[in-house]
Amino acid sequence: MSNEIETFQDPGEAVHAPRAADVDPRAEKRAEQQVAALFGLSALGSLLLIYSYIWIPTDIFIFIPVMGDQNAHQLFLGLGMAMSLFFLGMAAILWAKKLMSDTEVVNHRHEFRSSNEDREEFVKTVKDGVAGVQLGRRKLIKASLAASMGLFALPPVLLLRDLGPLPGKELEKTSWKAGTRLVTDPGNRPILASDLEVGSVVQTLPAVAEGTERLLSDIAKDPVLLIRLRPEEFNLTPEKLAMTHDGIIAFSKICSHMGCAVALYEQQTKHLLCPCHQSTFDVTRGAKVIFGPAARPLPQLDITVDTEGYLVARAPFDQAVGPSFWERNSQ
Amino acid sequence: MTTVEKRLGAAANFVDERLGAAGWMKKSLNKVFPDHWTFMFGEICMYSFVILLLSGTFLTLWFDPSQRDVIYEGVYEPLKGIKMSAAYASTLDISFEVRGGLLMRQIHHWAANIFMAAIVAHLLRVFFTGAFRKPREFNWILGIVLLTLGLVEGLLGYSLPDDLLSGTGLRITSAIVQAIPVVGTYISFFLFGGAFPGVGFLPRIFTIHILLLPGLFLAVITIHVMLVWYQKHTQFPGPGRTEKNVVGHPILPVYMAKAGGFFFIVFGVTAFLSAVASINPIWLYGPYTPGQISAGSQPDWYMGWLDGLVRMAPPLETHAFGHTVSWNILIPALIVPGIVFTGMAFYPFIESWITGDKREHHLLDRPRNVPNRTALGVMSITFVLISLINGGNDIFATQFDLSINQIMWFSRISIFILPPIAFVVTKRLCLSLQRADRDLVLHGMETGRLVRMPSGEFAEVHEPISPQKRFILTSHEQAPALELPATDARGVRRPGALKNKLRIRLSKAHAVAVPKVSAQDLKEIEHH
Amino acid sequence: MKRLSHYRRHKAVAPLLLVIALFAIGTTFNVASASMKQSPSAFARSTQIDEGKQIFLKGCSTCHGLNLEGSAIAPSLIGVGAASVDFQVGTGRMPVADMSTQISRKDPVYNEEEVAALAAYVASLAPGPAIPTDAQLNYERDGSTAEGGELFRNNCAMCHNFAGQGGALTQGKYAPTLMGVEPKHIYEALVTGPQSMPVFSDKTLTPEEKLSVIKWIKAAEAEPNLGGATMGRVGPVTEGLLVWILGLGILIAVAVWLTTRAR
Repeated sequence: MSNEIETFQDPGEAVHAPRAADVDPRAEKRAEQQVAALFGLSALGSLLLIYSYIWIPTDIFIFIPVMGDQNAHQLFLGLGMAMSLFFLGMAAILWAKKLMSDTEVVNHRHEFRSSNEDREEFVKTVKDGVAGVQLGRRKLIKASLAASMGLFALPPVLLLRDLGPLPGKELEKTSWKAGTRLVTDPGNRPILASDLEVGSVVQTLPAVAEGTERLLSDIAKDPVLLIRLRPEEFNLTPEKLAMTHDGIIAFSKICSHMGCAVALYEQQTKHLLCPCHQSTFDVTRGAKVIFGPAARPLPQLDITVDTEGYLVARAPFDQAVGPSFWERNSQ
Repeated sequence: MTTVEKRLGAAANFVDERLGAAGWMKKSLNKVFPDHWTFMFGEICMYSFVILLLSGTFLTLWFDPSQRDVIYEGVYEPLKGIKMSAAYASTLDISFEVRGGLLMRQIHHWAANIFMAAIVAHLLRVFFTGAFRKPREFNWILGIVLLTLGLVEGLLGYSLPDDLLSGTGLRITSAIVQAIPVVGTYISFFLFGGAFPGVGFLPRIFTIHILLLPGLFLAVITIHVMLVWYQKHTQFPGPGRTEKNVVGHPILPVYMAKAGGFFFIVFGVTAFLSAVASINPIWLYGPYTPGQISAGSQPDWYMGWLDGLVRMAPPLETHAFGHTVSWNILIPALIVPGIVFTGMAFYPFIESWITGDKREHHLLDRPRNVPNRTALGVMSITFVLISLINGGNDIFATQFDLSINQIMWFSRISIFILPPIAFVVTKRLCLSLQRADRDLVLHGMETGRLVRMPSGEFAEVHEPISPQKRFILTSHEQAPALELPATDARGVRRPGALKNKLRIRLSKAHAVAVPKVSAQDLKEIEHH
Repeated sequence: MKRLSHYRRHKAVAPLLLVIALFAIGTTFNVASASMKQSPSAFARSTQIDEGKQIFLKGCSTCHGLNLEGSAIAPSLIGVGAASVDFQVGTGRMPVADMSTQISRKDPVYNEEEVAALAAYVASLAPGPAIPTDAQLNYERDGSTAEGGELFRNNCAMCHNFAGQGGALTQGKYAPTLMGVEPKHIYEALVTGPQSMPVFSDKTLTPEEKLSVIKWIKAAEAEPNLGGATMGRVGPVTEGLLVWILGLGILIAVAVWLTTRAR
């Protein structure tokens, strides 16, 4: 199609109309004044910045409609900076637009492909060079070069080995052991079964010896959410039911999807929601996933009470808590 | 000659005798850049990057990238006496005890958001106008590299203050790394220096964030800009503009004044945003600990579409032979983005394979004149927008009285349905616009003036359009679809019949167009 | 008692009893009017309970039943306590206007006295959590902001967001914003667990800790905008919108101006 039809001739650019400032001296003067005024505003902005930095105290607040109470120091420092930069830019652009030449210039392009002679010469140079290396003939050198280059690539990788420990069984373990008390987080107080009313939740961690600091990597696996329901509300397998205590059920708070803290408990629906990706778990059915991307229920902690009546773990978690990983046995 | 001129002359002579730069400089200063507002997106990127370097350097003067525990004793009352990492404490100090520190933090963060937004806008402009075609494929790929680097750099920066939100982001990042089959757990342990959140992660990503990635950025941006310089900028079609020339303002002085001025504008706008709008108020989030979470935890907008994809993923995991594969993480967080980015990087080659066009192109396409490409672009935007909306579904749910479940189901279904619809609609829209162009050239512009004919009927006066305008509307190429005979000259079947079939089909789809007006057409109509 | 009952038909009994009764009422009234603000006496309480009963029968019994037993559309109120009534009615949630997904806060229908009467009536039928007194609610004195923040982030932020602005729950339900909520009502919500919200028992979140949480919420509410307009304190979503609309918007406007020819 395109080859046969008669296209329109390029009419060339429309006649270049001069700008007001090109022909009218008064307009030119006005443009000059406008540019100068913009530079002036920029200077004012810089002064405002300096003034704000030195003389506006950092604890003064002023009310600005829509924005609310603002810190005067921060606001005027920023506005000063914005003014000084913005108007400097406006001045330069206005100058270029109104006063500098606005005739357009034409540059020519050339094809990027090199000339055939250049290409041939290049190929010849490369061939000569490669031939000079004699790789084709020196089989021994070629083999040993390959071997040494291959080995040479290993050390940099090897040197990164000590970036961290090997995973081992680290992800499968938590601090929970048989008999570990559940304590409030924060507060570290042990919890009596009777402390929980029906419909209540408690954020808990495993008790640690007095004076020990918890590691963040432990807090990333240990948190447990205690929820009390009426025992008849449960719809659990006998094994899972045996892991509850008097209507109190304990789940790992670390999401089985990507490890956020799943702690949005809806008391009426008995659903747990993860705020990160909205996986929803049904507490009455052992934290079964009923919505969202999580593929596994939250691990349930087997709980009971000790001789003093405090809630304790009867056994550690029977599976790894938190997000999945390759070595996890989820069957 | 004035004294200033003499001194400058002496300096120039000193340099030129040692570097011989005059010849090259002379040519470079005469380079012209065509004017169009969409050509400024790339500049916004570059200037935001400079702003990021400047404000980032300011922040490093006080930031302490350490996970060491400290007790906060600063001026912010609601956190006094709380145990936190030194990184978080020093971020609080920058915000409240360094004058201008909060402003700089906000400038850094707003500039990062503008940087990414401008990269996306720049990418869309280059895509829709076909600026990626030969000889600019290298620069297109470098652009994709910069976009990818930007995503990573942004994520690391978001993670550094070690507040509750950034820690949550890291938790999710670690889960994504862990989900990689076979080696994921090991990579995660090496990255974090142990089980999440590890002990050495912040100092490590700090070095990557302020040294390694900015260095890479600088190198790639330099090559990117040098290639634009060397290959000369593309230009929109118009009278006097051909494939063999480039029309615009010379570097000195007009372009330099405009571009230099625009740098200050970008900086000024960033500073303005930072003065009036709060971004990431880390003091309200509190220090990170893995047991806490805030409702509405989202990544910054450029990662939001990935988070939205993760949210809408089906709950799929494979459990076999004592191993777990999390498809619910792998597909949305690694496989889909992998396909998207690879597809983007290869697009110039895919398109030239479809059209069979191996020539250089320096004149840009008007998006309507390449309906297939434009439709593909709008389809991709639709895909990303749906994911992005789902990434903020909890905020949209509370703001617009919807339910997260509704938005999630809407996204899950429409991510498959809406992009193809967007494709079809856009393609038709493009063809309609072509038709409108054709009518405009043939019948001229509607003036809105009614005249009464001698016969008594009313007619609207159409004014012919200017030759310049007519040229713009008709100068584009309308290449026919590829013809690949199934057999060669000697009647032997070509190999790869299926591939050829696909290519012919795609090529046909690509060549669909409303025939543009030729000079004959116009002559004929003027006769009547 | 036998001896006393022996005299009960004595002719002096009736006038004597009358005198005693009058005396009792008089003193009660005196005492009651003297200490009305602090704790209503038995008498005042009984009238308050009566008043509450009247309000209940008129305004609440259609759904909650004549004896608080509840119905198909409304829960039983037996044992919910005065705190629950004060929260639900005092924040305008009850009586309910719209029964769709969630009952939301609005201007209360009853005034303070009527709410108190209702609460007294409901509490009189079965015991439950009481309304905290002003003395119990002195969070300025008994609470700690920093500790409250820690507790808030552990127990509340997952639903109500890091700054107490509220957030989404499942199926269109939501955790409401905590801004502008009276300390008393926050306390009552913690104790009673209204609607989707779970209960935070006094043993697991002690009264002092509850006061700390309230103190932190009040501090967050009063906190000026330290870094500029907050855009709702809901995180990166609004920030992203602002970058595209305002940030890139202004820059594009300037770019258009920059590339058009001057006249």
